[in-house]
Amino acid sequence: MKADIKVALVGNPNTGKSTLFNILTGLNQKIGNFPGVTVDKKTGFCELPDGRYAQIIDLPGTYSLYPKSRDESIVFSVLADQANPLRPDLVVVILDASNLKRNLLLYTQVADLKIPVIIALNMMDLAKKADITIDVNAFAEKLGVPVVPISARRIEGINKLKEAITYANKVALQEDTIDVEAIAPQLIGQISKEMQLVNPYYALQLAHQHETINFLTPSESDRIEELELEFDFHSQKAQASETIARYNFINELLYDTVKKLETAQDETMSNKIDKVLTHKTFGFIIFFGILIFIFQSIFAWSAYPMKLIADLFVWVQSSLHTLLPAGPLTNLVVDGVIAGLSGVMVFIPQIAILFGFISILEDTGYMSRVTFMMDRIMRKVGLNGKSVVPLIGGFACAVPSIMSTRNIENWKDRMITIMVTPLVTCSARLPVYTLLIALVVPNRNVWWLFNMQGLALTGMYLFSLISAVTVAFVMKYILKARERGYFIMELPVYRMPRWKNVGYSMYDRAKAFVLQAGKVIIAVSVILWVLASYGPGDRFEKIEQKYHQPQYPQHLNTDELHRAIASEKLENSYAGVLGHVIEPIIKPIGFDWKIGIALITSFAAREVFVGTMATIYSVNGDAEKMESVQQKMHDAKNPQTSEPVFTVAVAFSLMMFYAFAMQCASTVAVVYRETKDWRWPASQFAYMTVLAYLASFITYHLLR
Amino acid sequence: MRLSQLLVGETGIVKEFTDLEMSVKLMEMGCLPGESITVSRIAPLGDPIAIHVSGYQLSLRKREASTIILK
Repeated sequence: MKADIKVALVGNPNTGKSTLFNILTGLNQKIGNFPGVTVDKKTGFCELPDGRYAQIIDLPGTYSLYPKSRDESIVFSVLADQANPLRPDLVVVILDASNLKRNLLLYTQVADLKIPVIIALNMMDLAKKADITIDVNAFAEKLGVPVVPISARRIEGINKLKEAITYANKVALQEDTIDVEAIAPQLIGQISKEMQLVNPYYALQLAHQHETINFLTPSESDRIEELELEFDFHSQKAQASETIARYNFINELLYDTVKKLETAQDETMSNKIDKVLTHKTFGFIIFFGILIFIFQSIFAWSAYPMKLIADLFVWVQSSLHTLLPAGPLTNLVVDGVIAGLSGVMVFIPQIAILFGFISILEDTGYMSRVTFMMDRIMRKVGLNGKSVVPLIGGFACAVPSIMSTRNIENWKDRMITIMVTPLVTCSARLPVYTLLIALVVPNRNVWWLFNMQGLALTGMYLFSLISAVTVAFVMKYILKARERGYFIMELPVYRMPRWKNVGYSMYDRAKAFVLQAGKVIIAVSVILWVLASYGPGDRFEKIEQKYHQPQYPQHLNTDELHRAIASEKLENSYAGVLGHVIEPIIKPIGFDWKIGIALITSFAAREVFVGTMATIYSVNGDAEKMESVQQKMHDAKNPQTSEPVFTVAVAFSLMMFYAFAMQCASTVAVVYRETKDWRWPASQFAYMTVLAYLASFITYHLLR
Repeated sequence: MRLSQLLVGETGIVKEFTDLEMSVKLMEMGCLPGESITVSRIAPLGDPIAIHVSGYQLSLRKREASTIILK
């Protein structure tokens, strides 16, 4: 679709900007990334009353054009950079009518950039409820722009807004708000002259932001720096006087156009809710109740759709095997690519459920209360109040949890959260732990009440949380902050969630995961499949020949024969060879080459460990047959010493390894997607593997 | 008197700031000299605090609140 006009939505957070974006574009939207930052770039198309199409760009919510974080700087870059392909022909500034004063600051900044602009006065219903009367005509006249009262939540005034977009001026006709040049007359004059700029506010913004914006050449940036020194320009002082001047303008404007009766209704309501939800004891009880509920839902509700997806792919794989001619290409497509695709799709239910909840928490305004309550504890360990949700979500799965760290504005807090979330015991570790615990921990009660196996499992869960917090604490000192840590945050009034937004958010996240992290996961899955199903030289043919000798079919039934072949093939595959290669490295932590193979194959996903063990010990790998895997592993003897392989020391060493090691290709892929830099997943992989090795080494030698 | 010294329910008028960088951000969020600020609540663990300023609720850490001098 080709756009006839580009329209950017700009506004404070919590003004209903995304609701308006969803109404204007419907499902006709696309999510990408702005280059260099991890803000979602949301664009979509909207048909205008005259049949033309407008491309709508949803810019991140911000309180000012002066960014508090790197992600916010995108707003100025898109609006001001002439060469930016997204540079809008028209800006729609969304203002919260019930909180005009603070909202207008951003408007006055955008207006002074002299891009054609119209105002969407949102939440008119709330303003009315709060007894705020706005003289819209006088307001529009004073600013010199079209003002359209809307209520995005109730879908009111949208057609009027579309009309205003259609008939908007192509040139900026808005009134000046403040005397920009008075802030730094000589500097603005000189920059404008040298760079041939017509807009003084653009010149001033360049002076403030030349170090962080990416569209200036180094020599231009250096020249601006020189001029700043020459004219004795102090960025923060200039910003302070600009903000004061803007608020003077706003106060005057509001004095003439807005009448407000005292005591807003919604707010007292909000206060009452806050008294309970941020209460000393109830506040925490309710919060942990909600967390447990979310955690349970990701666990329990996603089980059924996940099984459905897995079964569907198994069915597709088996039918393709019968339909397609047997051969290496069919194997590659069916067992490599489609199996990988299944590994991607199976995450969708968990992602959708977690983001459904997060979107409700954000939309109602509860998420900022969570941050408010948890900030003090979390700050001590280098995390953020908002890190609680990804960490707890990590008990279900690190993949959606890491995606959810986008809510954390502070870069350092967000990175630390991403780095430690995979340490939390996810559901894929559960089959590994249950198998190993059942193997070595006696199924006995201690002190009448506690089952020893249950205690061991609980211990692993608690241990993971402690290690995540400890690592976070260490990283707090290693990682350098990019921006000063502020905690100046709006506590929006409580509102009902907008179910449509919740739905969009679930859909968006799932789609972004499949399209962006999916590629890496499929690639890794194909590589691992090749490693496990091909071997060097003619080893595989020899195995086939061996088992076709007459004595084998006589002694074994078909199933047993297949399993024996599979087991021996795995031993002789590249993965098996690798297992032998790494044996000297993993011997000090108690593992033999068979466990080595399982470590390699379970990089696709931790739970693959159980399946690989089943193949190696040639038993049927069904989950229900876990006991037979257990029996085989229990009976396994070291051929040289004829002592059992899986001693208490080995089993716990193995559990420690899985507790720390980044044995999950999907997490690696998603960390890359969220950080846009391979160094993050690489260093995460490295530190986790080192910790895993050390923890296993210590455990093995203590228990031996 | 600093904002961090107010108790819940008490109100003060902003006079000046002790930290320029912080003041720029605070003013953008509506905490301007002459503006009245009411402390609405304190987080269960004693920090941060929630204030009512220019028609909405803002939360900030005590250390940040201590940079706001009240009349």
